[in-house]
Amino acid sequence: MDNDKIDQIINKHQGKASSLIQVLIEIQNQNHWLPKEVLDKVSKKLEVPLTRVMQIATFYKTFSLIPKGRNEVHVCTGSSCHARGSARLLDTVQDLIGIRPGETDSDSKFSLETSNCLGCCNLGPEIIINGKHHARLTPDQAEDVLKNYK
Amino acid sequence: MKEILLQIDGRQVKATEGMTLLEAAQSADIFIPTLCHHEKLEPYGGCRLCIVEVEVNGWTKLVVSCVYPVEENIIVRTRSEKVDKIRKMILELLLAHAPDSLQLQAFAKEYGADRDRFEKEASFCIHCGLCVRYCAEVKKKHAVGFVNSGARREISFIPEIAAKECNDCKECFELCPTSYLQAVFVLTEALAFP
Repeated sequence: MDNDKIDQIINKHQGKASSLIQVLIEIQNQNHWLPKEVLDKVSKKLEVPLTRVMQIATFYKTFSLIPKGRNEVHVCTGSSCHARGSARLLDTVQDLIGIRPGETDSDSKFSLETSNCLGCCNLGPEIIINGKHHARLTPDQAEDVLKNYK
Repeated sequence: MKEILLQIDGRQVKATEGMTLLEAAQSADIFIPTLCHHEKLEPYGGCRLCIVEVEVNGWTKLVVSCVYPVEENIIVRTRSEKVDKIRKMILELLLAHAPDSLQLQAFAKEYGADRDRFEKEASFCIHCGLCVRYCAEVKKKHAVGFVNSGARREISFIPEIAAKECNDCKECFELCPTSYLQAVFVLTEALAFP
C-alpha cells in the first residue's frame, strides 16, 4: 500500500464530504482495494461518518474491500458474447490464471470478474483487461493476450 | 405560515404549509399505518405502508403520505379498496422476511394479509431504517448503518463505535419492528467486544 499517494488523494479533498465517491474511486484505482485503515482515514478527513463510507463502499461494485490483483480481467458474459462462445473463453481464462470469477490469485497478478453486456456485441466474445478491450477472442488466443500482463 | 385547508376521509382538516399529509392526518387524529415513520426523524418513505389516495381536480393518484406535502383543497382517502390492496401486498411481502413481528401481525390482521402467501426468506430486517436514522439524526453516533445493495442490503454495526456507545444507549432497540436489530447487536458484541 502506497500511503503517501493515498494521503495525497485524501488531502486534496479535505473536509469535502461531497467528494467521497471521487476519493474512493481514486484510491481504488491507485491501490486496487480499500483497506479498513484507509476507510477510517477517509471518514475522518472528509468528515463523513464511517457508516456512510461503508454504505457507499459496499454499495458500488467498483469498490473492493478485499485485495485485488494488479490486472483486472473481465470476461463478457452478455447474451451476444455467450452466443459467440464466451463460456468456453471463460473456462480457458479460468484454467490459465487458475482462479474463478470474483477471486484473485495468490501473487496478486490477476483478478477475474465476469461482466454483463458492454455494448459492443459485434466484437464478442471479448475480455477487458485494465480497461483495454480484446475483441473476437478465441480460447486459443487467450493465452497470448494474458502473457502480456505482469 | 400559510394555512392550508384539505379534506381527509370526508373531514375538513387545517394544516400549515410544509406539513406532510401524514402529519396533517395525525394532527386531526386520523390514523394512517406506518412502519418507518418516527416523529423525531426526517420523513423517509421507506415502507410505503402509509400510502393514501389523493384526489386533485377529479383525478385520483396514489401517494406516500409521509413524504407528500399538503396542498390546498385536495381530497385524501386513507382507506379505499386500492389502498387496502396495496397495504395488504406490502405486508405480505414484509411478512415473508419477518413472519413473527408483532407489529406486522397486528397490521396483517387489519388488512387480511396472509403471512404464508410468499415463501419465507427470513432476513428479518424490513429496511425501515429506523435504527440507522435514529442513531445518525438523534444520537449523532453513527454506530449502525446499511451495507451492501439490492437483495443483500442489511444493517451492520461499526464494532469500534458500538463498543463505546451502545451499551449505555440502546434506544434504537425498541424502535425495531422485528427485533432483528437486537440480534445484530448481540452478534456484533459477541464477535467484537465480548
